Amino acid sequence: MGQFAHFKEKILKWNGWGYNDSKFIFNKKGQAEFTGKRYRLSGMVLPVLKEWMEKTLGASLEHKITSRAFLNTSDVPPSIVSEEFLQDLRASKISYSQEAEDRVFRAHGHCLHEIFVLREGMFKRIPDIVVWPGCHDDVVKIVELACKHNLCIIPIGGGTSVSSALECPADERRTIVSLDTSQMNRILWVDEKNLTAHIEAGIIGQDLERQLGESGYCTGHEPDSMEFSSLGGWVATRASGMKKNIYGNIEDLVVHIKMVTPRGVIEKNCQVPRMSTGPDIHHFIMGSEGTLGVVTEVTIKIRPIPEYKKYGSVVFPNFERGVACLREIAKQRCAPASIRLVDNAQFQFGHALKPQVASIFTSFLDGLKKFYITKFKGFDPNELCVATLLFEGDREKVLQHEKQVYDIAAKFRYDFQGILFLIWSDLGLDYYIIGESFETSVPWDRVIDLCRNVKERIVRECKEKGVQFAPFSTCRVTQTYDAGACVYFYFAFNYRGISDPVHVYEQIERAAREEILANGGSLSHHHGVGKLRKQWMKESISDVGLGMLKSVKEYVDPNNIFGNRNLL
Amino acid sequence: TECKSSPNSDIRKPGSIWSHSVFAYSQQKELTSKKRDEFEDILEERRQSSDLRYAMKCYSPVIYKGLSACKPSAIKDSVLQSEQVQYVIKQLSKEMGESTDIIQEEAIEILDEMGHNLHIGAIRFFAFSLSKIFKRLFQRVCVNEEGIQKLQQAIQEHPVVLLPSHRSYIDFLMLSYLLYTYDLALPVIAAGMDFLGMKIVGELLRRSGAFFMRRTFGGNRLYWAVFAEYVKTMLRNGYAPIEFFLEGTRSRTAKTLTPKFGLLSIVMEPFFKREVFDTYLVPISISYERILEESLYAYELLGVPKPKESTSGLLKARKILSDNFGSIHVYFGQPVSLRTLAYGRVDRCPYRLVPRHLPQKLSEDIQEFVTDVAYKMELLQMENMVLSPWVLIASVLLQNLPAIDFELLVEKTLWLKGLTQAFGGFLEWPDNLSANKAVTSSLALHSNIVSLVNGQVVLNDVRMENGATEELVFKQALSILMCGAYRNQLLNVFVRPSLVAVALQMTQSFRKEEIYSCFIFLRDILYDEFIFFPGIALKDFEEGCFLLTKSDVIQVTPQEILVTERGNSVAVFLAALFRPFMKGYQIISRYLSKEAKEAFTEKQFILGIRNFAFQLLQTGSTQCYEVLSSDLQKNALAAFVRLDVVKKMKTTNGFTYTVNKEALNKTAEMFGKCISYWYTS
Repeated sequence: MGQFAHFKEKILKWNGWGYNDSKFIFNKKGQAEFTGKRYRLSGMVLPVLKEWMEKTLGASLEHKITSRAFLNTSDVPPSIVSEEFLQDLRASKISYSQEAEDRVFRAHGHCLHEIFVLREGMFKRIPDIVVWPGCHDDVVKIVELACKHNLCIIPIGGGTSVSSALECPADERRTIVSLDTSQMNRILWVDEKNLTAHIEAGIIGQDLERQLGESGYCTGHEPDSMEFSSLGGWVATRASGMKKNIYGNIEDLVVHIKMVTPRGVIEKNCQVPRMSTGPDIHHFIMGSEGTLGVVTEVTIKIRPIPEYKKYGSVVFPNFERGVACLREIAKQRCAPASIRLVDNAQFQFGHALKPQVASIFTSFLDGLKKFYITKFKGFDPNELCVATLLFEGDREKVLQHEKQVYDIAAKFRYDFQGILFLIWSDLGLDYYIIGESFETSVPWDRVIDLCRNVKERIVRECKEKGVQFAPFSTCRVTQTYDAGACVYFYFAFNYRGISDPVHVYEQIERAAREEILANGGSLSHHHGVGKLRKQWMKESISDVGLGMLKSVKEYVDPNNIFGNRNLL
Repeated sequence: TECKSSPNSDIRKPGSIWSHSVFAYSQQKELTSKKRDEFEDILEERRQSSDLRYAMKCYSPVIYKGLSACKPSAIKDSVLQSEQVQYVIKQLSKEMGESTDIIQEEAIEILDEMGHNLHIGAIRFFAFSLSKIFKRLFQRVCVNEEGIQKLQQAIQEHPVVLLPSHRSYIDFLMLSYLLYTYDLALPVIAAGMDFLGMKIVGELLRRSGAFFMRRTFGGNRLYWAVFAEYVKTMLRNGYAPIEFFLEGTRSRTAKTLTPKFGLLSIVMEPFFKREVFDTYLVPISISYERILEESLYAYELLGVPKPKESTSGLLKARKILSDNFGSIHVYFGQPVSLRTLAYGRVDRCPYRLVPRHLPQKLSEDIQEFVTDVAYKMELLQMENMVLSPWVLIASVLLQNLPAIDFELLVEKTLWLKGLTQAFGGFLEWPDNLSANKAVTSSLALHSNIVSLVNGQVVLNDVRMENGATEELVFKQALSILMCGAYRNQLLNVFVRPSLVAVALQMTQSFRKEEIYSCFIFLRDILYDEFIFFPGIALKDFEEGCFLLTKSDVIQVTPQEILVTERGNSVAVFLAALFRPFMKGYQIISRYLSKEAKEAFTEKQFILGIRNFAFQLLQTGSTQCYEVLSSDLQKNALAAFVRLDVVKKMKTTNGFTYTVNKEALNKTAEMFGKCISYWYTS
């Protein structure tokens, strides 16, 4: 069994990101602290965070709102399930639940508006019943039952969606079945000759890596959400991992997929690295976002665990120079396993997360570094930006590689963890601060212009919408490719004095997306479309393109059993 | 030219920011008086303190927030090395079989010829000498300081494009002078190559920030690439505001010329490609009480070639230094955000699918948008043009040739003042003077055109006799065209109600529909003479009707338009304002049907019509001297081409024209209606 038993909500926050015990709080002294034991920062006091929040976002400890500690079950819409279906379900011996908590927990992902609803209201529509299939055959049975009783199935893996993909369509009149894949989490076999593993799709990223690691292997797929997201979810959204430069994105990793659809099971007849048999059917499945069926089993490439890992960082005088350096690294095709460039605002946020220093010596070292960067190198602390690097492989090659990269750029150690933004943004919610991230991919020559314009657009939109404090609007380049890069934007603002912050937030996010598109960026690099970005699909893939996808849906699922209404 | 098609094909979305709402006009009257209070005479301080100290003052203009400071030579380098220019160099080298080095050399030459070379010494020299010159030439130079403040703000936020009206060479000197005075960044100016002929002045201009473009470089791709990249580099870096004239050249008639789109589309491109977040367009209206080049323009219009600009020519112009040219009003309009204009119109631009450095033909959408913006900017310029009392006097005078009693002139001028204000004209009337004195001082300022003889105000040299000599006709034409240039300033404000009035006379009908279709005909004919926003003919008509209704000239019912009893004299006056154009066009159509040969060139046409008109004027069979204006002749030809009355064909050496007799007869018939009314009334 995986780390998450039947009821993962016991250890996960019900209304925020991540584990119950890992969160930012302000202690009695008014200093920020990160609780729990799970992260590098856990248990540490972060003395500068408070000042940063006050200075950058105008947050104040006096202005605090408290969300409900517990779910009020009387608000939850009733579960409407026909007795005939329940009888069939019981007969199939598949476990299920109609409890309010179970249903609410699976009614949402992690979009801001969803978290807001959890904190302050209730969803209009949630699943009527949750089922936990234990294997591929269970899924086949459930889909058959759904067809028989005309039900709507919404599959859920880790529940980390940030595209409103898990939201139940409010006007769905049929019974909604939430199909939770979390119990299908076994590694079925490992093939060391071909370096592949056959795995059930419900397995969570960190469990997968830990279990493979026991036999000396890894997949190397590390999306930021890997602590919580599932293999099936990666396939369904076309996920991308931090270390894709070595291991590839999900489409490069997958060798074989098995999916249950209302039409039957779809899979290829062999496990081969490549085949020329018309358009690759995997590409109908990857990115289908639960509209066609449930991915049950996946054969994925595995690699021996690298013997050596090394972190590093490089400081640049400004963002433009940083992007130029990344572009050069991509051009020479010597990008390390991961390379991420954060802009100045985010660099300063990183500083705000700096823990209290342990000794006078480290404090002295810090001062020395700061002196070296700003005085000796002449970098402007309000301009400079940082690239963080991760090298992997055998020791000798890593060192060689590292030298090659450092020959391209100057050298300075720094390190920063991205996932903390999500947890931090939960703290922000308590202090009238809301924030979220979104991503895009963009050709190299437009990276600088796109970053500048989108950030500027956010600032301008905030002003127009009456946001009183300048927003925190920042970006980072998180992936490099031959022909372009993946860019992440983080954006947070103080919503004191605004009556409908979620609406304002959504308007600003929409404006930012318009800006991205106008600047030649894509609708999404890896978050997917869900329902949040559907409105731009036609523009993104053309009328005919959309028609192609629709006709596939029409054939595979004519009665719209998989009725989450994502994508199309 | 697509935009000039049939006026019915042009219904735009209601409520868009493009509509010139009638409501705006009803508010304009209060605005006018408010606007007037904003003006500040900058010469006042210059008359009281040292020009030298002023020229040597600390000059540290605010700059664009994203500016990366660099020298002119660095800009030239980056232009030369840019992908855009390198691409064209490689293309040309492939096509012509020349080595890229040779073409690169050519590009460097172009850059050197073009590039500005900002030099604080030259600026100080200009500041000093222009102070001296302006104080002698002008009584006052009035600037709206609120506009300056807005500009200062804008310069820091986004790249700025200054779009002044163009009536005189003084325009860009004055603008740079003002920006220096208010401690703002000096613009780089796209000025005509004519200036390069002026050796010392040319170099001084260059050092004070002007850059030069050839007037025509249609075929030269290298020149275009280098030039466009140069302008865009300036803009993207926010190095300095770009300044150019939408009208392309100085208007000889004081009417706003139809806009040119080339430079405008270049400065808009960085935004289309999202290389900048936004760009501010600043319309600037520069109004002269008396235009420095007034007589020069009249000669030019009559076909006496203009003297080539040369330094010695400028020195000869020194005698004008002893003359008085009244006041100048410079109105800096509200900076217009290009992003706001583009909202919902060109979001989906084609630049996303092609590398941005490749030269690309503008898509139809974008072309249409550029056209609309150009017209919008010119309309904004016109809105803030200041009208002097003399403009009213000239308008009255031209309807009362050869002479008018002084008292009557004052009375009619005052009446016209009221009407102008009701129509939203931005009038600068000296309230501290009696009407008599105001008129007298205007007459004195323009004593080269008018004289007061025995209580009668007469236009110099104009006698309106039959059987005049050719020389006399020429002299009379000169005076009338000079005077006409001032009347023309009023026409911008009056064109919509006036064309309704003309349509009322031509149709002799009450039926709104009929009047409207006649209005459309007139608007189509005069599309090059006056500035109409592309498309919205109905809006123009409604605006004209609204203003006439407001002044109690007409009453509008759902089906009918009726002239009120009181309004009749106003309607007659309004129509008469445009009589020279209607008659001029009629004479030209008569010429075309009688005299025009198989195929003719524009030059032949202008010579032909000139001789034809001279004969008519000498025999006294017309009094329409303005038909001698080459501006009117060219506009008429263009209008006839647009209306398919004349066919334009490209040949090896330029264009030739042929007449479509049938269509011509129809048009002539329309004119006939109008003219016959004037003869019988």
